[in-house]
Amino acid sequence: MTVIANTLIVISILVGLVFTVVAVVGIIRLPDVYTRAHAASKSATLGVLSILVGVFFHFWLNEGHFSVKILLGILFLFITAPIGGHLMSRAAYVSGVKPTE
Amino acid sequence: MAFQILLNFFIAIVWMFLSSSATATTFVIGYLIGFILLFVMRRFFTERLYIDRVWAAFKLTVIFIKELVLSNISVLLLVIRPKLDLKPRFFALPTELERDWEITLLSSLITLTPGTVVVHVSDDQRVLYVHAIDADDVDDAIHSIKNTFEKAIKEVSRP
Repeated sequence: MTVIANTLIVISILVGLVFTVVAVVGIIRLPDVYTRAHAASKSATLGVLSILVGVFFHFWLNEGHFSVKILLGILFLFITAPIGGHLMSRAAYVSGVKPTE
Repeated sequence: MAFQILLNFFIAIVWMFLSSSATATTFVIGYLIGFILLFVMRRFFTERLYIDRVWAAFKLTVIFIKELVLSNISVLLLVIRPKLDLKPRFFALPTELERDWEITLLSSLITLTPGTVVVHVSDDQRVLYVHAIDADDVDDAIHSIKNTFEKAIKEVSRP
């Protein structure tokens, strides 16, 4: 049981790390604001999300503490992250930033 | 929908009073009995039975999580490709949704799907302006995805 739990925790935290790294690499490599908004709004969301899921399962299965705050954090992240990406790319477009061809 | 849920709670509480035990188990039994009553009486409501819409919302959540994972994998493949050959492009997407929360939900879902970010919602709320990261293979696929999302949202909001 502990082995399964730890495998689950390690896998979800690793997946979160990989997606966070991908978000950073995307922000560095992609050419303009709009394409960077893609990397930032998608990969960062899922990255932080799976790290939080890993932390949640660690405290639940190994320490016996069911943390509702982490679940609420996941919910808030789901609601706010796409709005943030949308608002940043909209602000860039309204203030006249040209996309690359 | 809210009225039906409230009615179901009310029946459950009446059941708790009838069996004069205020435990969670009694509440659940009363809720199930209330649900059966609502199901039997369903033709007296003007709306659908609320469980339909709850089920539709559940299906929408499943679609959402699936699309989130797919979009992350596609961004990952895009970013680690040795040579970046993107064709970014803006396009307009007409929508039939009317209420504010439906459009907010649709644009959040579009922002978290593969290769698209909503940039602007037109003032009359009929058109969404979307930025696609890779233009040539996306257009058809995207329109089909939009149809599934729009259909799923309509399924939830239909009275």
